[in-house]
Amino acid sequence: MATARTTTSPREVAAGSSGPMVRIENVHKRFGALEVLKGVNLDVQSGEVVCIIGPSGSGKTTLLRCINFLETYDEGRIYVDNELVGYAERNGRLVPAREKEIARIRAETAMVFQQFNLFPHMTALRNVAFGPVKVRGVPKEQAEQRARELLARVGLAEKADAYPGQLSGGQQQRVAIARALAMEPKVMLFDEVTSALDPELVGEVLAVMQDLAASHGVTMIVVTHEMMFAREAADRVVFMDGGVVVEHGPPDQVIGAPRSERLRTFLRRFTTA
Amino acid sequence: MQTVIDNFGLLMRGLAVTLQLSALIIVIGTTIGVFGGLGLLYGPAIVRAILRGYVDIVRGTPLLVIIFLIFYGLPALNVDISGFGAAVIAFSLFAGAHVSEIIRGAVAAVPKGQTDAAKALGLTFWPRIGSIILPQALPIILPPWVNTAVEMVKGSSLVVLVSVSDLMFATVKVAERTGDPMPLYITAAAIYIVVNLAISRFGVWLERRISYGVPV
Ligand SMILES: Nc1ncnc2c1ncn2[C@@H]1O[C@H](COP(=O)(O)OP(=O)(O)O)[C@@H](O)[C@H]1O
Ligand SMILES: [Mg+2]
Repeated sequence: MATARTTTSPREVAAGSSGPMVRIENVHKRFGALEVLKGVNLDVQSGEVVCIIGPSGSGKTTLLRCINFLETYDEGRIYVDNELVGYAERNGRLVPAREKEIARIRAETAMVFQQFNLFPHMTALRNVAFGPVKVRGVPKEQAEQRARELLARVGLAEKADAYPGQLSGGQQQRVAIARALAMEPKVMLFDEVTSALDPELVGEVLAVMQDLAASHGVTMIVVTHEMMFAREAADRVVFMDGGVVVEHGPPDQVIGAPRSERLRTFLRRFTTA
Repeated sequence: MQTVIDNFGLLMRGLAVTLQLSALIIVIGTTIGVFGGLGLLYGPAIVRAILRGYVDIVRGTPLLVIIFLIFYGLPALNVDISGFGAAVIAFSLFAGAHVSEIIRGAVAAVPKGQTDAAKALGLTFWPRIGSIILPQALPIILPPWVNTAVEMVKGSSLVVLVSVSDLMFATVKVAERTGDPMPLYITAAAIYIVVNLAISRFGVWLERRISYGVPV
């Protein structure tokens, strides 16, 4: 939790000014005695598409969840658009931010989950329009109009009135992407969004994400095991292992010419599969 | 049968008290239960400990003991209380403990991913509870909640022991006076059954109203 920590580099940069869209500085995270993140450093530029790869248990999900503060972090700093996530600085110390502040930053960092997590008691349309209405105060008609456009963009215009339970996994995940887009976030976080899908449904979701990545309208941080997707869509690939970033760089370099033995070992699984 | 017809007005006045008492208990008990259940899950450690103590103690104590504790206990502390007032407090505490546990269990059964998704949209605690969590917990809450409501209507007959003139009280009095108890008790039983059937039907209607799409 937020134990008292001293400031190493006081930042007084206002939101919206230049700097990376996401800055992760020396972030540590422990679950009890288990240290899951051991000093992660990563900058993501505005509009950049970053894919994070790495073996299971390396801390990828935990890192994403720290970025929108679904998990607290124990050391280091995370900034989204130059705003410190989850904490406020007082007299050089970090204290937990207020609930409203945390919620405000979360609204800027949309997340798409492995298990979709659509709201089962709402139609697809309502799932997508809900956030803008409830959080941003957008008038209902306007939000639903926009929701219909977004559902059309993910190829589900005709499913607006369906409940999540009536949709396939791939369709649900596309609704979830539309729900995230509806918030017009600065950053979108994707956590293995195709891992829970039947193989034949993976393609339709990846196609939507590929389209999104190509538009470069939004900063994307994508945890994935889809190496083809990483190669084609990412500006940069980050390899995590054991709670740290081991290598990062352009996809051709990281996937095509891995430098570390750990990454070579990791990638071998995909070439033989 | 003639005794029932002759004293029907008295019985109906008793029924009015029973309904009033039951309604108060259900409303207050449910209110306690909503905050109690949420407090058990989301409250700070000290609040959780206090609520846990309350729920476990009350659920482990016979209702009649709670009624007597309030009815005889409060006057001993120089607090004036009518039998009706004592009954409302005792029953509400009792129902509140049971509903707390019902709501705690139902809310805990909503998948954690729902909270994550709601938080990720930027929802603060109460909108998250109101728009995302409780609507999904409601179908789980409803059957045991209806059950508790029915138990409270039946249990309210215990108030004869603190001289509240409810349906049971009226029945007992008329039976004593006329020396013809059987038709009176059968009538009372029938009235209780009708009221409870009505509550059950209402529950089923509510369940239908809130069910959505295809179960997930
Ligand atoms: N809530 C939690 N409590 C305890 N341990 C956790 C929790 N979440 C994740 N972990 C542990 O942290 C490690 C990293 O998990 P995770 O971030 O999910 O890795 P990845 O997404 O790379 O597979 C794993 O060992 C996992 O068991
Ligand atoms: Mg993961």
